[in-house]
Amino acid sequence: MINSKYFFQGLKSLIGLRSPALPLGCSFIALGALLKDAGFNFQQSALSSFLTYALPGQLVMAESFIVGASLINIFLAVWLVNARLYPMTVSLVPLLKHKDQPRWKYYLSCHFLAVSSWLIMKEKYKRVENKYRIDFWIGIGTGTISTAVITTLLGYSVADYLNEDMLIGLAIVNPVYFFCMIIGAMSDTKIAIASIVGAVLGPIIYLISPEWSILYAGIIGGSLSFLLGDKNGY
Amino acid sequence: MDINTQIILVIIVTSLATFLSRFLGVLTSEKVKADSKVFQWFNYVAYATLAALLARMIIFPAGVLAEADLILRLIVLISCIMLFIITKKNLVLPTVFSAILLSLLSGL
Repeated sequence: MINSKYFFQGLKSLIGLRSPALPLGCSFIALGALLKDAGFNFQQSALSSFLTYALPGQLVMAESFIVGASLINIFLAVWLVNARLYPMTVSLVPLLKHKDQPRWKYYLSCHFLAVSSWLIMKEKYKRVENKYRIDFWIGIGTGTISTAVITTLLGYSVADYLNEDMLIGLAIVNPVYFFCMIIGAMSDTKIAIASIVGAVLGPIIYLISPEWSILYAGIIGGSLSFLLGDKNGY
Repeated sequence: MDINTQIILVIIVTSLATFLSRFLGVLTSEKVKADSKVFQWFNYVAYATLAALLARMIIFPAGVLAEADLILRLIVLISCIMLFIITKKNLVLPTVFSAILLSLLSGL
């Protein structure tokens, strides 16, 4: 059903110097501590990381919950901040598709889609045989989501021993790591244009429309680089 | 409604809101071929969206990161990116360095 050779190859991509397990772990430790602070219990914290598995959305959830936002408001705020997962999914799943693989694998394993797993798969898919890319992906996803759940619980458990400066330090690891990874992908000119425009517009549009800023910046930056590249034939 | 029921509901609502984008992504992928223009467009939009989110996390952060001054967050980000480039794309050094540097700076 799932080819174990490729599954374990995918799982193994979490080990090593380029592994995202470290930044992923750091940020979920900080999240675990935040969830404890928000009044979640141990099991609820694990459940949140297992079922949502998307850090920015969980941060928004915790903050909205603390200020007593309604469920509808939480749904909208989380949907908007995590809507990046939609273009990310569409720019990954077609690379994993194979006619011999059942559709349920794609619909279930899309739950593993997050920035860390997406960037690893984007980096490695060419080296994996087409038919088994989905199994490789399921391996990566199993590894990253397990890391997230375990480190959430770790953060929850050690929350009382972490002072605020340490938590702040942990919280910046995630954006720093992913900024570096994106810069690593910038040898492709069009990806570079898209990323730079997105990074500049995101905070600017935030001043006008906080909720929609990420989506607007993404669509403008992406379309601009798509059109520019087409004209200049990169 | 007791607090535990509320928390479970919040977790479920958050998870549904998140899974929705992933699910619609797979649904759209049924019609998108990897060598098509539409795929390329989605690819660039994905990178731009991600970069926008990361920039927002640094400049307008949610959670504990908001407690550190903007200037400190920018100093840490820029020095770590420089470290990343100088060390020929070593990922571990800048990430470890970022946590230590910001902890120290915000403790001053």
